[in-house]
Formats: sequence, structure tokens, C-alpha cells
Amino acid sequence: MARIFGIDLGTTNSLIAYMDGNTPRVIPGRHGRTMVPSVVALTDNGILVGDPAKEYLIRGSERTVYSVKRFMGRGLADVAEELKYFPYRLTEHGGVIRIQLGEKTYSPPQISAMILKELKLRAEAHLGEDVSKVVITVPAYFNDSQRQATKDAGMIAGLEVLRIINEPTAASLAYGLQKRTQGQIAVFDLGGGTFDISILKLKNGIFEVLSTNGNTHLGGDDLDRAVVNHFLKEIRTRHGFDVHGFPDTLQSVRLEAERAKIRLSDEQKTSVALDLPEGRGTFHSELTRDQLEALTKDLVEQTLAPCRSALQDAGLQPSDIDEVVLVGGSTRMPLVRRRVQDLFGKTPHSHLNPDEVVALGAAVQADILSGGIQDMLLLDVTPLSLGIETMGGVMSTLIRRNTTIPASAKEMFTTYVDGQTSVDIHILQGERELAKDNRSLARFQLKMPPLPAGVPRIEVTFLIDANGILNVTAKDVRTEKVQSIQVKPSYGLSDDEVERMIGESFKFAAEDLQARQLIEARTEAEAIIKATEKALQQGRQLISPDETQAIKASLAALEAARTQGDHKAIRARIADVEKATHHLAEVLMDHSLKEALENKKLSELT
Amino acid sequence: MARSMCWHCQSEVTGEYFCDRCVKVQPLSKDSDYFTCFALPRLLTIDAQTLETKFYELSRAFHPDFFQRKTDAEQAISLDNSALLNTAYRTLKDPIRRAEYLVQLEAGSVKDIRTSPPADLFEEILELQEDLDDFRAACSDDQTSERDRLRAKLMDKREHLERRQQTMESDLRSLFTTWDHLQTQDDRNQAVRAEKDATLKHMREILSNRTYLRNIVNDLTATIG
Repeated sequence: MARIFGIDLGTTNSLIAYMDGNTPRVIPGRHGRTMVPSVVALTDNGILVGDPAKEYLIRGSERTVYSVKRFMGRGLADVAEELKYFPYRLTEHGGVIRIQLGEKTYSPPQISAMILKELKLRAEAHLGEDVSKVVITVPAYFNDSQRQATKDAGMIAGLEVLRIINEPTAASLAYGLQKRTQGQIAVFDLGGGTFDISILKLKNGIFEVLSTNGNTHLGGDDLDRAVVNHFLKEIRTRHGFDVHGFPDTLQSVRLEAERAKIRLSDEQKTSVALDLPEGRGTFHSELTRDQLEALTKDLVEQTLAPCRSALQDAGLQPSDIDEVVLVGGSTRMPLVRRRVQDLFGKTPHSHLNPDEVVALGAAVQADILSGGIQDMLLLDVTPLSLGIETMGGVMSTLIRRNTTIPASAKEMFTTYVDGQTSVDIHILQGERELAKDNRSLARFQLKMPPLPAGVPRIEVTFLIDANGILNVTAKDVRTEKVQSIQVKPSYGLSDDEVERMIGESFKFAAEDLQARQLIEARTEAEAIIKATEKALQQGRQLISPDETQAIKASLAALEAARTQGDHKAIRARIADVEKATHHLAEVLMDHSLKEALENKKLSELT
Repeated sequence: MARSMCWHCQSEVTGEYFCDRCVKVQPLSKDSDYFTCFALPRLLTIDAQTLETKFYELSRAFHPDFFQRKTDAEQAISLDNSALLNTAYRTLKDPIRRAEYLVQLEAGSVKDIRTSPPADLFEEILELQEDLDDFRAACSDDQTSERDRLRAKLMDKREHLERRQQTMESDLRSLFTTWDHLQTQDDRNQAVRAEKDATLKHMREILSNRTYLRNIVNDLTATIG
């Protein structure tokens, strides 16, 4: 049987992992990095994904999509408040957000599928085997629509999604495999766009989730925004300039804010410099860790209420928790660690890399599914209550939140009027009393035999499977006949649409691969030409005229190859340039080292 | 749990959950209740550790994770069995839900019983509702001293109701013991049957009163904090 891979499809970064014997491993790309930025750019050369796409954030921001996970399974009204932060254009069609890139619009699952394909290619190149079956992780607090959208993305990418698994529980599997922990643990997962808390009981290889809670719109992106707003205010005060009209600059500010935030996890103070457009000079600023904490305090505070609810639902006190595990890049922030420690009264730990642990856990789950690991079993829960709308617009709960999945509930339906031939059913998810305050999942029509009122008896089974996804079936109790149901999702792609997108994706797959390799090679060539020209300027006097000539010749050859359509030729010329500049790079390195040393001596003297 | 025939090879199934001959997983019978699902007698005292151990053991037997490479039919059985098992565990784990379920199995649904207040608390609850109305009025009119007086009064009452809940729960526990003892007696004895019915009826009444009280207390807490 083909190997099953584990994928962490993240807001900011995505990773793919597999089981190598008894050890889960994340697969690195050509440059050794394990994380693929979850960024997709539509460039003049075609579509780019990952690191090469990230460069376009600041030079083609209107056509570069990041944080698409925030839009999965959602309608436009759900994200109305944050629309202004995104440089690309969003519309809605059939309850699904569409992203405008050039002439075409794409649904979030289609964009996610491009990221998944990138991961698939990466794994295929690394292991030299076909990648077709996967486990994909989602935030534990994702609702049915968001899970379904993730599954759709997998299908569009040509993958068979064998399981959707929750990120914090995936992390617990990776931990459990390594440490063989027993007892009650809390997994605190603050990622790029989402927050989850899960409370688990680990006993003899069983990972039983007791409760989960969270916020699917709270993460590093929101922390960055707090810093961005701070910088924008400073730019306005000092330069009298509003960046909002300049999407590329706005993205530069966002990336600088993110980097500053990351640096402040290790440092107390950091400085930021960024060029303003139209010759308005350079914006310089300093940010201290105290300032960052003041800016983000309220957001970090928002993670605590879900933690308390999760504890309460599990029937536990903070002191009952034996270990607190941190997951997600945002848990590197000292403020986050302090607040978690205050709440649980113990030092949280992160023995495994918080960026990789979810992907590693997905690989563990993949191995369980393929029959490898047999002594570990994850029993997860549904994060939100599931119900139907009843008379008077009230939600009647069928399956309560934190019920172990698979879970099912049966409900009997009948008619109110003689000869009535159908009953409308509206499925909801959420914790509020009124139907309108909860998430509408789907609607369907139950067909009724034309009989006197109250006589028909149709039994509907609502089943939440091990993916946390709802399946609905109906049966006429009198005739024992099963009725097929056409469920219309409120915030999702229809089956037909998914089919069409899969078709499109396959049709273009072969061309895609060729085009992609060419685009990547071209992008890399551009970057190398730019870097080499800069190095030549700096180091011209340090090398011989012959050497300069040789480098220039290799550059010209690369430039010529770049305009041709052969990615292999471009790669070969890139290698030539790298060879020709090898000595120059060394010389420059020595030179800057020497300079640094001299400066140091100078500063030591004074 | 003898079942007549294996759905797959048609041989007789004598094992608990798998066919002896072809080792295919067997569907938990549609008629099997939560107690038989765990191979437990219909007793109300259940050791939490034993139940958990059995739950984990059955989860290992049925969970869809372990049926990924099996046929569609087996996957469907694994899914249904797991869902039933999870519901059964959730019901039997909690003593109140367990009792409600048993009463329902033995003597119809508890929910069908009236939702009027317990007779001996009738007066008290009527008075409480009036106080609650006055309190809400005092809040909206900003009458601070009246509001504080009523809050103190309501808090006293809540404490009284909560003590009452505790009494109910200890009454239930002793009924559990009675029931479990009766289950060891011969059912053909008319006196035993009569006592069983009386016990069920008593439990049903307490369960229904308890639900009623709990709603009142929740309502109180939501109003006065």
C-alpha cells in the first residue's frame, strides 16, 4: 500500500511529513527549509507558491494571496472587519469567498490546493515515490464548513484525504510517541491565524480528548496587525503620510512588523527601517519588548477564556493538568508563555519544534491509518454542538460539543398537514439558544409520503465521522427504505463545483508542472543576477579584471537562458554563475569579517 | 452476546464482536442497549475504572482508524459501532444520565413526566419567582439598596435549593443500591416486581424534580450572578 503522508496546512506556513521507520520526519525543500510559506502569487510568468511567491508580497501585493486559511469555509460577511487588511480583492459567490487574481477568481480551497500540490511535489522529489494519500490537519475549533473546505482542497489537489485531524491533538501524538507521557495534558496552540486549546487524557496509548475550545480568528496575524497599526501611526506622525494607498508598502510594513515581533522574543529592543514610496525617505523606528507586550496584551488575554471553558468542560481544575504543551510559532512570545504559566501554574514546555510538531503528529496519525503503529489510538471530540432549527427559530441540540467522535444522533420527523410531501431541515452548529446566532451548516428537504398528518415517520441519522465532518442519512421507518438526501451547504462548494475544480486542476497539472519549474528557475535567476551585480559593485577592486570578466560573461549567459523556455538550461547557467562567483563570495566574506573585527577593535579602544 | 449469523460468511457467531471463522467485525445489534454494549448487567453502581478500561478496549476493537484498509462494509460497521459505543460510554459514565437511561429502558422516558415543581417546594418556588421579578425590576430602576437586599435573600434561597439538590442526590444513591439488590432477586416473585416498579417510580420522580431544581438554580445564577 502506498505510504500515507501527514500535512500541516497552516495559515502562515505549511509542511509535509512522513514516517521513516519509527520516526516522523518533516521533508525539506531544495534549500533545506522545511516550511513552505502558505503564499500563492499570480505573476506575469504564471502561478508561484511558497518562498518564490513570498517575494511578490511587496512587489505584486494585489495578486499575491497569503493567510487564505482565514477564508476557508467562510462567507464574505464573516471577514468583513478584516477586509481592509488584505491587498487582494475578495468577492462572494454561492456563499463561498472568491479571490480575484488577474482575470480569474479562485475559491479558498483552490488556493489551498496549490499549496498542497507544492507539498506533494516536494515530497515526491525528496523520496522519489508517488504521493496520493494524506492526512491533513485543521484547527480543533474548525467548524464543519471549514473542515469540508479543507477536504475539498485536498481533492482539488488530486489527493485522497484519508483523515482530517485536529492540530493540537496531532501535536499530542508527536509528543506521546516521543515521551510516552501518561496523565492529563493541555495543548495550547497559537498559530498564525488560529487558536486552540485541547485537554487530553493519555493512558496506555489511548489519547482521549476531554474537551477543546478556541478561536479560529486569533493568531500571529492579529498580533502583527497590532504592531502594523502602531508603525502606521508613527509614519503618519513623522512623515505626514498615509500608507494605505500603497498596498506594496503596506505589505512591507506588515513583514517588518512580523520580523520585529519575532526578534523581540529573544531581544529586549529592536530597530526597524523601511523605505517609503515616492522618495519620501526611510522610516526608522525602535520597538521594545515592553511596547510589543502593551500592544498585544488584549489579544493574548483573549486566549485565556477558552482555556478556562475547556477546563470546565473537562471537569478539571488547572492544578489537575500534569503538563502544558506549547504549539504554534506564536507561543514563542514570552508574554504568551507567561500568561499560560500563570493560568496553569506550571512551566509550559516545547521540547519539539513548535513549528513542526503538528506535521510530525499528522505523520504519526498517517502511520496509524496505514497499519504501522497499532498501540496508539486518538479519540477526538467535536468542538461545537450540532443541532437543527425547530419551531420559533430555536436550536435543538442533537450532539453536544466535546462529544467523542464518531458520534451519531437519530431524530424522527413527521408531517403537520395532511398530504404534506416534504419537511425542510436546517442544520446548525454552535452554542447559542437561537438558530440565527449559530452557524448555519446546511439545509435539506426531507421527502414525505403523502399521508394524513403525523403518520409518516422518517428517521434521520446525523453522524459526525472521525474527521469531525457531518453525514446525514434518512430512512422511512414504515417501509425501511433509505432516502437519498441532497444537502446544500451554507458556506461551501457544491459537489459539482468541486468536481469541476478537480477536472480543471488535472487538465492543467502536466502543463502546470512544466510552467512551474520554469517560473521558479526564472525567479531564482532574477534573484541571483541582482545579488551578483551587487557583489560585483562591492568587490570589484578585490578581484582581478579577468575574474570580473568571467563573472560578467556567466551573467550574460544566464540572462540569455532566462528569456528562453528551458528550466534545465536556466538551472545549468545558475550553477555556472555560482561557480564563477565562488571566489568573489569568499573574498567579500573575508573583507566584511575584517571590517567587522576592525570596528570591534575601534569600539573596544574608545 | 450470541448472534445468529455472520453478515459475511454466514457462519454462526459466538464470539463477542468478531466472527470466529472469518474474523470480520460484527455490527452491534440495533436492539442492544448501552449496558449489553459493554457486556454489563443492568446495575446502577458502575466502577468508573472498569468502565473506562472496557471503553478503551472496545475503542481499540472498533475505531475507524483500524479499518482504513478493510472493505467498505467493514468500515461502515466500524463507524456505526464506534458511534454507538461513544454514546453508550457518555451515558453510562455519568451517574445521573445512567439512571435516566435505565429508568427510560425499564419504564418509559423520564422526560415524559410533568415539569411542574415538586409538591413540597411549590410555595417556596412561587415566592422565589416573585423575588426574582422584583430583583429584575430593582435592577432596571437602579434601586441599589432594594437590589442588594433582594440579592442577599435570593442567595440564601439558592443555598437552600442546592442543599435540597444534595439530598436528592444522596436519595438517588440509596435507590441505586436498592435497585442493584433487587436485580439479584428472582423476577418471577410478585413482591420483587412490585418493589422494582416502586423503585423505578421513585427514581423517576427524583430525577425529574432534580432537573426542575437545576433549571431554577441555573436561572437564579444567570440573574444574580
